[in-house]
Amino acid sequence: MTDALLTGANASTDVPLKRRLRRAERTRQVKALALVLPLLVFLLFTFAGPIAGMLWRAIDDREVRQALPQTVAALASWDGKDLPDEKAYAALASDIVAARAAGTIAIAAKRLNYALNGFRTILTSTARNLKTVPEPGTAKETLGKINPAWRERTTWTTIKDAGGPVTGFYLLAALDLTRNVDGAIVAAPPDQAIYRDVFARTFLISLGVTALCLILGFPVAYLLATLPPGRSNLLMIFVLLPFWTSLLVRTCAWIVLLQSNGVVNDSLHWLGIIDAPLRLIYNRFGVCVAMTHVLLPFMILPLYSSMKAISPAYMRAAASLGAPPLTAFLRIYLPQTLPGIGAGSLLVFILALGYYITPALVGGAADQMISYFIALYTTETANWGLASALGAVLLLATILLALVYGKLVQGQQVTGGMKN
Amino acid sequence: MLKRKIGKIALGFAAAFSASAALATFAQARDLTVVSWGGAYQDAQKKVYFEPFKKTAGVAMNDESWDGGVGVLRAKVQGGAATWDLVQVESDELAVGCEEGLFEKLDYSKIGGEAAYIPPSVNPCGVGAILYDFVLGYDKDKLKEAPKGWADFFDTKKIPGKRALRQGPKTTLEIALMADGVAPKDVYKVLATDEGVDRAFKKLDTIKGDLVWWKAGAQPPQLLASGEVAMTSVYNGRIDTANKNEKKNFGMVWDGALFTLDSWVILKGSPNKDAAYKFLDFAGKAENQSKLSENIAYGTSNKDAAGLIQPAVLKDLPTAPDNIKNAVEINVAFWLENIDRLTERFNKWAAK
Repeated sequence: MTDALLTGANASTDVPLKRRLRRAERTRQVKALALVLPLLVFLLFTFAGPIAGMLWRAIDDREVRQALPQTVAALASWDGKDLPDEKAYAALASDIVAARAAGTIAIAAKRLNYALNGFRTILTSTARNLKTVPEPGTAKETLGKINPAWRERTTWTTIKDAGGPVTGFYLLAALDLTRNVDGAIVAAPPDQAIYRDVFARTFLISLGVTALCLILGFPVAYLLATLPPGRSNLLMIFVLLPFWTSLLVRTCAWIVLLQSNGVVNDSLHWLGIIDAPLRLIYNRFGVCVAMTHVLLPFMILPLYSSMKAISPAYMRAAASLGAPPLTAFLRIYLPQTLPGIGAGSLLVFILALGYYITPALVGGAADQMISYFIALYTTETANWGLASALGAVLLLATILLALVYGKLVQGQQVTGGMKN
Repeated sequence: MLKRKIGKIALGFAAAFSASAALATFAQARDLTVVSWGGAYQDAQKKVYFEPFKKTAGVAMNDESWDGGVGVLRAKVQGGAATWDLVQVESDELAVGCEEGLFEKLDYSKIGGEAAYIPPSVNPCGVGAILYDFVLGYDKDKLKEAPKGWADFFDTKKIPGKRALRQGPKTTLEIALMADGVAPKDVYKVLATDEGVDRAFKKLDTIKGDLVWWKAGAQPPQLLASGEVAMTSVYNGRIDTANKNEKKNFGMVWDGALFTLDSWVILKGSPNKDAAYKFLDFAGKAENQSKLSENIAYGTSNKDAAGLIQPAVLKDLPTAPDNIKNAVEINVAFWLENIDRLTERFNKWAAK
C-alpha cells in the first residue's frame, strides 16, 4: 500500500516540478497572447503604422532630390561660402529642363518655397524661360540673366539644405526655429513664429477645461455615488445624455445659447441685468464652456466609480473619533478618490489637447488650437511635412505628460493609496 | 478532429477571401461618382445636371459632397483607391493638383471644344463649372443705411455692430486694402510688397475688436440672420438662396467683390473616364448651364449660357456686366506662393 503510494509519487518525478510549472506557465502565456493577437494586429495596422508614417513624414525630404538630382549631387561638395561653380549651374540647368518635361518642377518649387518665400516664382519662371540646356560654360551667365536670384548665395544654400534625404526643417519650423544662411539654428522671423504660442495655448485651454470639469464634476459624482439607486440611475442618464448626442449638435447648441441675441443674453437683458449683450462666444470663454460641457462625462464616470468603492463606514468612523466634517473629508474621503481624480483628469486633458471642431466653431481666430493648424496644413495647403512635424511635437508632449502622470500616481493603488 | 477543424477554417478563409476579391472587382466596376460642394448648390446641380443626365444619357451615377482641400485629393489619388471620378475644385486646388499630377489632362474635343467656354474657365486639367463672388452682405431689415463698399465695412461709427470675414489671410487682406482705398485692379500689386501687407494688417487693426471669423460658407447667412454681425463677406449665391428660400431680406454690394472659378476635374486613374466626359459634355452645354443659373445665382462657363437666361435673373449673377465691372479675380499664383507665410502672419496678428 505504502509502496504503491511511493511509486505513484515517484512516477512523476522524472519531470521536475519546476519545469512542469514553467511549461504550464508558458502554455498559459501562449493562450493569452493568442487571445489578444487579433487586437494587437489591428492596432499595429491602424494605429502604430500610421503614427510611424506620420513621424517619418516629419523628417522625409526627398522632393527636391527627386526633381533636381544632378544639382543636389553637385552641391554636396560645395562649402556654401561663395556662389557655387559653373558645374553646379550646368547641373541645375539640365535638371530644370528635365524636370519641366517630367512635370516634377512644381513639387520641388513648392518645397523650396517653404524655406524661401518666392522660390516658387524663381523656379517656375526659370523653367519657362529656359528652353534648352545652355552651351557648356555659359550656364551661370544664362541663369543669372533669366533671374538675378541665381546670383544670390541664399538661393543656393536653400537648395543645398533641401537636398534631403531627411531633414530637420519641418521639426524646427514646428518649434519656431530655422537655419540661417550659415546653417546655424536661429529663431524664426517674428511674424512667422507662432507655433510655440499655439502649443502653449493648446495646453492652457486643456488645463483650464480639465480644472473646470473637475470642479463641476466632483460634486455631481459624489451625489451619484451616495444617492439611492433609483434616483442615481436617473441622474446618471442625464450625465450620459451628452454621450448620445453628436458633438456637432452640442457645439451648435452652444452657439444658439451664447450668441449676442441668444438665449442667455436675451434672458439677462430681459431681467435688466445687462444693457448691451455680453460677448460670450467666438472667444476663449465660449471655447472653455463648450469644451467643458462636451468633456464632463469623461471626468464624472471615473470619479463615480472610485467613489462608489469607498465604504461609508470610513467617514462614520472618522466622525466617531471626533473629526469635524471638513477634516474627515480632507483626510479620509479625498485621498481615496485620488485615483478617480487622476484618471478623469488625464482622460479629459488628453482628449482636450486634440480638440478641433469645438474651438473651430465657437472660438475666435486667437483661440484655434494646434489641431486646427494640423488640419489646415494637411487638407488646405498640403504641407504634409509641417503637419506631421506639428503632430509629432504634440504626440511627444502628450507622452511626456502621461509619463509624468504615471510617476505621480505610482504606488497609488485602486484602494486610493490606503495601504492595508 | 483537429485536421477537420483546420480544413473548416481554411474553407472559411477561402470564402472570405473570394468574397473580398469579388468586392474589390465590384469596386473597380463602380458607378460614376461626382463630388461637389453640398448644400443649396448641390441641390441645384442635382436638379439640373445629375438627374437629367442619368435619364438622358442612361449612365448610372451617384453624387457625394466634400469641403475642399488639395490634401484630400492627394490622399485619394496617392492612396491608390480613389473612389471619386469627377470632383468640383476651387482654383488653387486646380493649380496645385494639376502641378502634382492628380488630375487627368482634359480632351476638350469630347466636351464641345475650347471655343465654347469663356477663356478663364479653360485649363488643361479642368473645365470651369461656375463663377462666384465673395461679396459684402448685410441685412436690409437691420441696417438703417446700406453700406456702399468695403470702406463702410470698416467704418464702425457710420454702421455700428460686429463684422465677419473668412478666417485666414485669403480674401481678408484684399478686402482690407480695398477698404483702405486701393483700387480693385491694383490690389495684388500692393499686396505683393511687404509695405502692402503691413498696410492691410494696419487697416484690420482698426476693427479688430469687432471682427468675427467664419470658416464654412453656411455660417455668414446664419450670422446675419441671428443679428450676430451687421455685415459679412459671403458667397453671393448664399445670399440669394437665403432671400428666396427663407424669406430673408439680405442685400449685397458688388463693388469690390472678389470672384473666382470652380472647375470640374477628372481624378487621375479614374476607371470611368468615358462616363465622366459624357457628364462634362452634358454639364457644359449652354441650355443646361442656363438652368443652373436660374436655380442658384452663380455665373457659368459656357459662352452662350448668358444669352439664354431671363434678364431678371441675369442682373443678379456675378457674370452680369455691371456686377463684374469693379470685381477682382482672386490671384491663384499669388496665394500659392504666399499662403503658408501669410497664414502664419495672420494667426500671429490674431493672437496679439
